[in-house]
Amino acid sequence: MNAKRPLFGDAFNRAFGRGWLAAGFLFLYLPIVALVVYSFNDSPLPTVWGGFTLEWYRKLADDREMLAGLWLSLRIAFFTACASVVLGTLAAFALVKYRRFTGRTLFSGMVTAPLVMPEVIVGLSLLLMLVSMQRATQAAFGWGFPERGMLTIWLGHLLLGLAYATVVIQARLQDMPPQLEEAAMDLGAKPAQVFWLVTLPMIAQSMLSAWLLTFTLSLDDVVLSAFLSGPGATTMPLVIFSRARLGLSPSINAVATVIIVIVAVGVVLASWLIARAERRRMLEMAAAARAGA
Amino acid sequence: MKHLLRRWLPGGRAVVIGLPFAWLLLFFLLPFLIVLRISVSEMETVQFKDLLTFRDGLLQLTIKLSNYQFITQDDLYFKTYLASLKYAAVTTVLCLAIGYPFAYFMARARATVQPALLMLVMLPFWTSFLLRVYAWKGLLGENGWVADALIALRIDHVLVAAGLIPAAGKFMNTPFSLVIGMVYTYLPFMILPLYANLAKMDLRLLEAASDLGATPFKAFWLVTVPLSKAGIIAGSMLVFIPCVGEFVIPELLGGPQTLMIGRVLWDEFFSNNDWPMASSVAVVMILLIIVPLALFNKYQAEAVERRA
Repeated sequence: MNAKRPLFGDAFNRAFGRGWLAAGFLFLYLPIVALVVYSFNDSPLPTVWGGFTLEWYRKLADDREMLAGLWLSLRIAFFTACASVVLGTLAAFALVKYRRFTGRTLFSGMVTAPLVMPEVIVGLSLLLMLVSMQRATQAAFGWGFPERGMLTIWLGHLLLGLAYATVVIQARLQDMPPQLEEAAMDLGAKPAQVFWLVTLPMIAQSMLSAWLLTFTLSLDDVVLSAFLSGPGATTMPLVIFSRARLGLSPSINAVATVIIVIVAVGVVLASWLIARAERRRMLEMAAAARAGA
Repeated sequence: MKHLLRRWLPGGRAVVIGLPFAWLLLFFLLPFLIVLRISVSEMETVQFKDLLTFRDGLLQLTIKLSNYQFITQDDLYFKTYLASLKYAAVTTVLCLAIGYPFAYFMARARATVQPALLMLVMLPFWTSFLLRVYAWKGLLGENGWVADALIALRIDHVLVAAGLIPAAGKFMNTPFSLVIGMVYTYLPFMILPLYANLAKMDLRLLEAASDLGATPFKAFWLVTVPLSKAGIIAGSMLVFIPCVGEFVIPELLGGPQTLMIGRVLWDEFFSNNDWPMASSVAVVMILLIIVPLALFNKYQAEAVERRA
């Protein structure tokens, strides 16, 4: 009797497992395939196939509203990702390196809560605070700050981005053997050198992953942006959302296909680069170990 | 000396902890207190009345509770909160039922294919969630791929009998389309923590159970499932809590009939411009999710301590 066998007979188990995984992936990928296929659909009826066309892509190039939204979204996403990684790295360091400080439970709770907190709550509360702040500054200095717009959307996205960036970087910091930093210190490295030469290269990959993740999160957000945007600050997801509410529109399919292609290429490229860097590091470590022995 | 150095980090301890801490206090905690305050405030044209007023030597504290009275007494609000919890619970159970076996088979797949499988689960997560939800509008709408398949398999009659859709062949803007959209969106959030948990499991424990005479099913039920408890709880909370306040999915897939509290809050704020009422709805929503939220934070913190 095979003791490792988890459930039922081996052959049945394997077939069932593969079937379940295949069905799951079909469920996950079917909508993406449908989006791409119907972006080439030459038909006024959005779900009836009427032949191949590139019409919707041509129209997309002239779609001022969508392109302006895209430009704004890209800028917000860039600044969100950069700030999230900086703050997230600090927060991850605080949680991993300092086991004890006043308010640590509150701190870790506040870091992870935005991961699950319904976005309507986060958006509403942040907006009401910013409005109160604006009114207070208006009354005090005659100049209301902050105006609703790019800055306020960025603040909201940063809240979400900080949570995700912290979790990603924290996981990496925890897996890092502390002996490496200790060894560097024993060999006389200054603390700053330890950070720049040992710690940072070790967590650089996770910082890159966190940057990409927070960038895409910001690029995709609807609810926070809707609460925090002001006149003239309409991000791309807000444009898409207002059109999607009205019904099906092939212009959305075309945008979707462009985004999917960019993201897929970006993610595959990034993971390839990360995997390559990891392999090189392994080789260097092995070489160093040989040289030492 | 070495000990001192070890505790040194870029910018020092104060900056490392202080900067993100202050930032979170200012932009995460303070806003909640302001929501709490506004939910009990009276509106004065555009300003909120101060809660504490001092006039004629009389210090007066005004707390307006009528919003909360209205929420607890009005039937529609009560029903909507209940419906939101129900949809979130159904979504969580379905995600667990689909996601647990999925994560289990992933974790038991050959080690060489596991990174690729993990990548395939993460990839939809990287592509726009809004666009993927929008895609279901087409899939479940008239002549949509999934709609046609369900009709061909006669599943729509089963759904009518179950009361999930009003008539055979009509899937969009029903509780059915809402739950499909939520399960679809949140499934990766269930799979990832479960996979992380199941992949780490020591398979020798199953051998031991088998050696001691347990059937494979019994070993699964008495060893694997209890050991993956942390993953089950983390995954369930990652699905349940955001689902309670979900707005985009009910708006795009749920139609006007499906009641969700996130939409009520949205309408109070954007359509009725009633900020105190929107705040009260938010406060009650926070009260509903505070226990699951605390549970999530506890397990998250414990997972961190265990790894360290």
